[in-house]
Amino acid sequence: MLEIRFHGRGGQGAVTSAELLAQAAIAEGRYAQAFPSFGPERRGAPVLAFARIDDHPIRLRQQIYEPDVAMVLEEALMKIVDVEAGMDERGLIIVNTMHTAAELRERYHLKPARRIWTVDASRIALEGLGRPITNTTMLGALINATQCVRLDSMKAPLDARFGKIAEKNFNVLKRAHDECCAGEAR
Amino acid sequence: MKNRIEVGKPVGIEVSIAQSEVVAQCDVDVIAAYPITPQTHIVEHLAEIVADGDLDAAFIPVESEHSAMSACVGSSAVGARTFTATCSQGLALMHEILYIASGLRLPIVMSCVNRALSAPINIWGDQSDIMAERDTGWVQIFTENGQEVVDQTICAFRIAEDRRVMLPVIVNLDGFSMSHVIEPIRFYDTKQVRGFVGVYQPPLRLDPAQPMMFGPVGIPEIYTEAKKANDVALIESRQVIEEVWAAFAREFGNAYRALETYRTDDAEYLLLTVGGMSETASVAIDALREQGVKVGQVKLRLWRPFPHDDLAALLGKARGVFVFDRCLSTAGPGGPVASEVKTSLYNLRERPLVVGFIGGLGGRDVTVQQFADMVHKGIGYVAAGAAPVYEMVGVRE
Repeated sequence: MLEIRFHGRGGQGAVTSAELLAQAAIAEGRYAQAFPSFGPERRGAPVLAFARIDDHPIRLRQQIYEPDVAMVLEEALMKIVDVEAGMDERGLIIVNTMHTAAELRERYHLKPARRIWTVDASRIALEGLGRPITNTTMLGALINATQCVRLDSMKAPLDARFGKIAEKNFNVLKRAHDECCAGEAR
Repeated sequence: MKNRIEVGKPVGIEVSIAQSEVVAQCDVDVIAAYPITPQTHIVEHLAEIVADGDLDAAFIPVESEHSAMSACVGSSAVGARTFTATCSQGLALMHEILYIASGLRLPIVMSCVNRALSAPINIWGDQSDIMAERDTGWVQIFTENGQEVVDQTICAFRIAEDRRVMLPVIVNLDGFSMSHVIEPIRFYDTKQVRGFVGVYQPPLRLDPAQPMMFGPVGIPEIYTEAKKANDVALIESRQVIEEVWAAFAREFGNAYRALETYRTDDAEYLLLTVGGMSETASVAIDALREQGVKVGQVKLRLWRPFPHDDLAALLGKARGVFVFDRCLSTAGPGGPVASEVKTSLYNLRERPLVVGFIGGLGGRDVTVQQFADMVHKGIGYVAAGAAPVYEMVGVRE
């Protein structure tokens, strides 16, 4: 089972991101859950969303405490939120940033063995959507890093959610998939 | 009505939305509701389905839950298939009308998205709301995942409207940890659902052409008999509930029982759970079995009518029964479920030690590890031959 925690700010679409991912996995005939952190949500304040994906029916309904992946929709969140919380040494962090993994590791004192993928999702989203909303864009990097769903599987949930602007959202997602950087390399 | 959702294969959908879609499939005539977290998505989405013209129903936006249930009583009494949803303070505000709905034998179906009661103000999940309404004379069913919510909602209309029942039904689901989760749910063809639910044909209804009175005063000479009749109707609804579940299994595939069991063969100890946390508890049962602990799980689906005899048969032979309640009966005899389980077992010649655990209050998470800890602790109490009246899980003191 893959457990993913999304770090965003209220209004950035972290919950939508988790939902779209779960819908794509379910459409592939697999099992998934997506849920928000059930607290009060305020625009601009740090929020969490969660997703589980598995090849077997998921019975677990407890919250996610030890995620395999942390998606960080905005780098600045790392100043105020411990995005590594609960992660073991195999845990993966995917960050929307202009910086390299090495720079992030140093700046935020991330664990030396931590796998860090980076993608400049804000720029991709600005260029492709005209707005720096990175929730769909970031899924591209997640799919490249984990292969948790097929890229094409994102099309139907995006269509259902975004209608006319679904294609633009898929394009930025695809671009992030192709342009994201693994580990130290940039 | 066309199929709004793809039929036959699981789709990823929020449980609240799934429930409103299936309510529409059941061809309700009237929805009267007031929004309250975490029930909101259900009624919002139903309002949308009606506004889209996909469901020919009256959506009555009322100014309180007291009015919501009052409107439901009126619409059901004229013969309209009626649905509402609420939780927590909203359910509490409905309290007096709940008795009227059951006393008048009105087959209203209600979704209760279980949530804590204030104070302190808390919008998160537990089962305090429904436990305060256990004596209102409604059929009360619990679910533990989105598929069960869809299936039991379909069953609820057929159970409620059966001539032999004619009682309102509550379908319970956990607030947030079920209602707000996107998960795979399989939908059925609308025509098939409508065929299964059937057409509501009330034996009596309010009709200006044939005036009659519903709910006149019940003087002391008749009140006891009226209450007895209600009691018998609710007890005897059990047979119809079983019939409807069996018919549902034949028609749609999923089978349901009043008490669901998990790995209970050869179990010396049983963990009894209610609602959405049951699935997490099942994961704990698997882990404990791997350690060689002879423990199984019983999941209470039917809360009213209470399955006393089945419980006694199922639990009576165990050495210890550990009951998990998501409701505190303040300074009372333990959680409501544990109390009733004890009542069912008390007159048996040999009976297990019943240990009550209370947790998951106001949205507090309960983990696999905590369920495993409850079992270990319970086994310790069995070995010692005594247990406290109840114990709260994970409380900071």
